[in-house]
Amino acid sequence: MNNISIQDAFDHGKAFIGFLTGGDPSIEKSEEFIMKMVEAGCDLIEIGIPFSDPIAEGPVIQEANIRALAAGTTTDKIFELAKNVRKKTNVPLVFLTYLNPVYKYGYEKFCAKCEEAGVNGLIIPDMPYEEKGELLKAAGEYGVDIISLIAPTSEERIKMIAGDAKGFIYIVSSMGVTGMRSEIKTDLSAILSAVREASNTPAAVGFGVSTPEQAGKIADIADGVIVGSAIVKIIAKYGGEAGQPVYDYVKSMKEAIR
Amino acid sequence: MSKGRFGVHGGQYIPETLMNEVIRLEESYEFYKNDPDFNKELDDLLKNYAGRPSLLYYAKQMTQDLGGAKIYLKREDLNHTGSHKINNVLGQVLLAKKMGKMRVIAETGAGQHGVATATAAALLGMECEIFMGKEDTDRQALNVYRMELLGAKVHPVTSGTMTLKDAVNETMREWTNRVHDTHYVLGSVMGPHPFPAIVRDFQSVISKEARAQILEYEGKLPDAVVACVGGGSNAMGMFYNFIGDKEVALIGCEAAGHGLNTQKHAATIAKGTPGVFHGMKSYFCQDEYGQIAPVYSISAGLDYPGIGPEHANLHDSKRAQYVPVTDDEAVDAFEYLARTEGIICAIESAHAVAHVRKIAPEMKKDDIIIVCLSGRGDKDVAAIARYKGVNIHE
Repeated sequence: MNNISIQDAFDHGKAFIGFLTGGDPSIEKSEEFIMKMVEAGCDLIEIGIPFSDPIAEGPVIQEANIRALAAGTTTDKIFELAKNVRKKTNVPLVFLTYLNPVYKYGYEKFCAKCEEAGVNGLIIPDMPYEEKGELLKAAGEYGVDIISLIAPTSEERIKMIAGDAKGFIYIVSSMGVTGMRSEIKTDLSAILSAVREASNTPAAVGFGVSTPEQAGKIADIADGVIVGSAIVKIIAKYGGEAGQPVYDYVKSMKEAIR
Repeated sequence: MSKGRFGVHGGQYIPETLMNEVIRLEESYEFYKNDPDFNKELDDLLKNYAGRPSLLYYAKQMTQDLGGAKIYLKREDLNHTGSHKINNVLGQVLLAKKMGKMRVIAETGAGQHGVATATAAALLGMECEIFMGKEDTDRQALNVYRMELLGAKVHPVTSGTMTLKDAVNETMREWTNRVHDTHYVLGSVMGPHPFPAIVRDFQSVISKEARAQILEYEGKLPDAVVACVGGGSNAMGMFYNFIGDKEVALIGCEAAGHGLNTQKHAATIAKGTPGVFHGMKSYFCQDEYGQIAPVYSISAGLDYPGIGPEHANLHDSKRAQYVPVTDDEAVDAFEYLARTEGIICAIESAHAVAHVRKIAPEMKKDDIIIVCLSGRGDKDVAAIARYKGVNIHE
């Protein structure tokens, strides 16, 4: 087991959490972009393992999944990617994927490979609290935190979910799927105070966040800000040349939440 | 283990955003399914609007021609809107209305479920939006127009393979957008709990009637009941009240497309492996990394990479048997039924008829088979003509 933990991301102020889809446009480029994000101040990296049918994603990340799969990305190649990244940085790493790729790979084998590659956590949007039991044993054995999600509709479920959350708590800021939104209407303060009553686990907000202004406001009340679609959109636009624009964007976001 | 299990299958594998809603749906359904007023209202709709009970028709010519078991057809094709889909839809839309929802959304493959949902929404005064794979909107253009006539908005889905699987993805995405005022009228015995149970209960009217009808006509239970399976709603409806009758063989017919030795099929039990998708654990056509396979069938309604969890369990326990039927066999059976019995059935249902043509001659003269004719074939006439290379002007 490596000595890096998700908590490290939250130990020096507000955390900026960046996401990209692994293998878009290639495994090599993903490694380069991840390192750019780290250089720009990213405190935690989420690597998406592409899935054919990502039902929680909006069009931007859906298309990235398709590009990555078309480029021949597989779960094994993503493990290689994580392993290579881990050799270069101590930034905590988590995977985001759907349950089927994990289930099909085998829970035990998947979690063992996470430990081997230095991946600290797992976010699975189609595995709610009620269904996480079957994965917990293997995850616990190999020191992989299963990240819990809390939605604007969670209400009285917050206590239960936050109560035994590990790593960090992923607060979904808006209804619907991932993607950039001009305005976030959810009463995040109310959700965050309910979370804090139930848990000391750091709470980060994602879904819809793209501008430094939004990030700054969220950082005032949450422990971290998660940005996915905005980064993936830069990668879609610049392809292999996205390194510098990704760096500039992440830097501006990180500065906004300091 | 979580709720809604059929053996190891089923469950509630959905985003947290939807969890409170499926819990509320389950509570509402548990209440209304035992509510005499709800049941009276639904029975009235089924009887006076949908046209139930549907006929159990003795297919004399087919029986004589095949020279074996007696064949009965459960005529779900005679329902209003032309398929079994209306049974489930009337139940769900009525339930949604009782829950205070103003808007329903649904996915559709061939369009039958979309037409049924648009119909029920029109009747009960609800807003309705339908998601349909772009490829299917081309294959089933008439059904798209029907839905629009009924006041529904049809969204052609251009993501992925542009077929039923992608329509389900898109409907789930839309549901997470507006779960507070919208009910997702799931079209088959699939998805997260409680949908597989709700849809099965509403479709079980098929076997409830068929069981009583065959006992009245023949004084005994059938030896086999046969139905086509995509997600599996007509088959689950046809099987349900016979599950306890161990002497009745339950046979589901899945789409083998161009053949099981090709990549172009939708035969989930024959070629699928266990997985978790669209809210449920079940069997799915997928690759070694769990990527869902693009599937194919001549029938847009069977063109789905998974099967409902209760079917997966019936397969595991060997209570039901699932057999593959190719496009060619289905088209042959489609023409055969038209010529021998004067019934143009849905190409989905023709998969079941095709299998009956194989097994009936092997059975005894006093054996009985009931086939579920899940829908009528108007929607498929142009597709069959294309398949046969016949040039028709609609």
